[in-house]
Amino acid sequence: MNWIDIGALDDIPLRGARRIKTQSGCIAVFRTADDEVFATGNRCAHLGGPLSEGIVHDRKVTCPLHNWVYDLETGKAQGADEGGIPTYAVRVEDGRVMLDAAALARDAA
Amino acid sequence: MQKLVVIGAGMASGRVLEHLFETDPDAYDVTLFNAEPRGNYNRIMLSPVLSGEKSYDEIVTHDDDWYGERNITCRFGERVMGIDRARKVVIGEHGEAPYDKLILGTGSDPFIIPIEGHDLPGVISYRDLDDTNAMIEASGAPGGSAVVIGGGLLGLEAAAGLRLRGMEVTVLHLAGHLMERQLDEAAGYLLQKDLEKRGITVLTGASTKAIRGTDQVEGVTLEDGTEIDAGLVVMAVGIRPAATLAKEAGLEVGKAVKVDAQMQTSDPDIYAVGECVEFDGTLFGLVAPLYEQARVLARTLAGEEDAFVVKQLSTKLKVTGCDLFSAGDFAEGEGREDIVFRDPARGVYKRLVIEDDKLVGAVMYGDTADSNWFFGLIKDGTEIEEMRETLIFGPGFQGGAAADPMAAVAALPPEAEICGCNGVCKGQIVDAIQDGATDLGTVKTATKASASCGTCTNLVEQLLSVTLGADYAGQGAQPVCGCTDLSHEDVRRLIKSQELKSQPAVWQELAWKTPNGCHVCRPAINYYLLADWPLEYADDPQSRFVNERNHANIQKDGTYSVVPRMWGGLTNADELRAIADAAEKYAVQTVKVTGGQRIDLLGVKKEDLPAIWSDLNAAGLVSGHAYSKGLRTVKTCVGREHCRFGTQDSTALGVQLEKRLWGSWTPHKVKLGVSGCPRNCAEATCKDIGIVCVESGFEIGVGGAAGMDVKEVEPLVKVATEDEAEAWVVAFVQLYREHAKYLDRAYKWIAKVGLDWVRETLSDDATRAALVERFDLSQSVYQKDPWAERSDAKTRRDYAPLADFTLEAAE
Repeated sequence: MNWIDIGALDDIPLRGARRIKTQSGCIAVFRTADDEVFATGNRCAHLGGPLSEGIVHDRKVTCPLHNWVYDLETGKAQGADEGGIPTYAVRVEDGRVMLDAAALARDAA
Repeated sequence: MQKLVVIGAGMASGRVLEHLFETDPDAYDVTLFNAEPRGNYNRIMLSPVLSGEKSYDEIVTHDDDWYGERNITCRFGERVMGIDRARKVVIGEHGEAPYDKLILGTGSDPFIIPIEGHDLPGVISYRDLDDTNAMIEASGAPGGSAVVIGGGLLGLEAAAGLRLRGMEVTVLHLAGHLMERQLDEAAGYLLQKDLEKRGITVLTGASTKAIRGTDQVEGVTLEDGTEIDAGLVVMAVGIRPAATLAKEAGLEVGKAVKVDAQMQTSDPDIYAVGECVEFDGTLFGLVAPLYEQARVLARTLAGEEDAFVVKQLSTKLKVTGCDLFSAGDFAEGEGREDIVFRDPARGVYKRLVIEDDKLVGAVMYGDTADSNWFFGLIKDGTEIEEMRETLIFGPGFQGGAAADPMAAVAALPPEAEICGCNGVCKGQIVDAIQDGATDLGTVKTATKASASCGTCTNLVEQLLSVTLGADYAGQGAQPVCGCTDLSHEDVRRLIKSQELKSQPAVWQELAWKTPNGCHVCRPAINYYLLADWPLEYADDPQSRFVNERNHANIQKDGTYSVVPRMWGGLTNADELRAIADAAEKYAVQTVKVTGGQRIDLLGVKKEDLPAIWSDLNAAGLVSGHAYSKGLRTVKTCVGREHCRFGTQDSTALGVQLEKRLWGSWTPHKVKLGVSGCPRNCAEATCKDIGIVCVESGFEIGVGGAAGMDVKEVEPLVKVATEDEAEAWVVAFVQLYREHAKYLDRAYKWIAKVGLDWVRETLSDDATRAALVERFDLSQSVYQKDPWAERSDAKTRRDYAPLADFTLEAAE
């Protein structure tokens, strides 16, 4: 896998997220309370709300527009809502966040 | 006989020698170098030595007799200057030593932060016996105080030891909670609480700026300006593998000395063990893997095959009375689930992390009796599917029932006060129930309990339930969310009564079922904490909805709207010009006049927010908080100054109120209106607080709304002067802030507690004054323009994307 350095872990707030811009839309990069990092598409499957602005709790995020909740690992909407968001491989190495380069080359979502 | 030279008499090399002499006492002629003027001792037992629970003699692992019996040449107190690999000699300060095989056990050095004053006498690290003795000596002076920089394992053990020796101890820790590499927030909170109980002061998020002193350390200065006096500063911020010797000898060195699974370095005759080693990218600091390395190396030297593998590690803190345990990987990883157990009464927290039906990590605090069993499950990769339901209760689980949530109420003594408003104690309520009261209403009638502010409603219901047993079918208050069974009212009451001042404190003490809440409870708890503890609690942006976190209203397309404050609806040519310029400069899609008498700039990109705010700030405009659960607008009419019907200066009063109230956070939004006469052009009678001016004074009404419900205000009071009007309004807002459920508009809250109670409470002059005082205290923290605070370069970076690949990809 080809990893791309997208920034420092500390630039993402704890229990928060940042977005990165790509040719085919934004990717949200989340940091949980336990310093886990996840990357997903930034657009909510419901009406396109920016997930990087949602409240991060446990390994989930809540969309800021209409409270859809997604599991950050699987990208699946939780509860009664049906749908999902793409997830991308991401890892932390020496305090730097590394994203799978394939995420940048993906088809426009 | 082959010559074996060992550099460093630490825990790992000592263990190598033991194994080696056990297998073949005659294989090697050993020379042992140690920079410390002594042989091997049990370094991890230094903490009990520091605290006085053990003496040095008790922790020596190899004494002179041991070395003598094995004919080991001890060169203690002698530094090694270099290694000549071509001639196969080690160069010591007092001469050379030839080797056939060489073991590097150089260990690690403490990391010293290179801040001002770090080299003053009295600043010490915590690695060896000399450091320990220096601390013991420093603690001998009566009334001494110490600062420990670093709240990891070593730092906390040092702090606890110094405290036991009678010093005033402050621990400074950079991260948000103690031992953040081994513990999660909840366990870190409990640890901090236990240490504070022992009289140790703990400051988290504390960044040390400088160490003060001239000839001797005198104290520490933090980045935020806090000064702490101390005659002793212990730096325990971390360690660095000591690999210089190996590097100078030309061995392969990464973060430390690189070795293979046989502990062999890039030179086949040189081996390394312990903290100076890097294997497969991993460094080692805990004793278990070091012993494992020692075993492998001894076998390798004896010509037997073996290989070192990295295993799961567990951590225990050696502070008597602080029981914590952490093992495995409870942090990074995917596809994982948590099981959380909390027992606030006993201060117990347990969290298990499960992946693919196996236990992969565990954090425990307060009760670590089962830790070895859990650690075994982690190490062995046992399938836990069948015992999953009861796993967290440990191996001795006998099918007992879950803890009774009513137990706490049942255990209260009869004289315990249940209803603070009306001074009703438990005994009176139980008597009323035994005399025939069967529900909340009849208890209320009989005793007045829960008849006022209503926050004790749940307690009364629980008493009904406890007293009547199965006969009572209460309505049961709604829990806040799935993370807890408690209602908003319960949580508010407990935050105050138990003095819970942080989110981890709430989660732990109130037995939250999730690790860190959810989008429903987090904003509510964040509000309750900042409203009840304005000085102690720090607002958490990550527990706020997007609008309040970003200080702008998000729109359906992900852009934001920007609304500057116009005090009482007043503006002027300069402000309008600045708004017009900003609208052009940032390509604002829509400019709209709002219902609250100000101007909304819609369609601003997030990354442009700090810049547009900065431009508007320059013209004297501040945030209108159009996005907040807080004071929004004070709508006014022109009043007596221009209007022929105006009775008072309604505009000025509106501006005065807005200047007093802006920036305050409230359970829901708060809108005000001030009309100059009963014609009510400012539509004051459908606001949360509406003032209608009349010839003889000011009629204040509360609980109006024009949203999902349309409500007309109910009259609260009529006062004669502007100052009185202002005091009543401020006191009303503070009462609402202190008592209402999060996301209840004022009218909903009034419907629950009754306007009579609100009026009665506010009518008492002393109570009113106290409410105003508490409001002003909160404003001293929160009345700040968020735009001005966000004009710096860091905010601009935070509001921009973390990375932008659209440009690169296009090239």
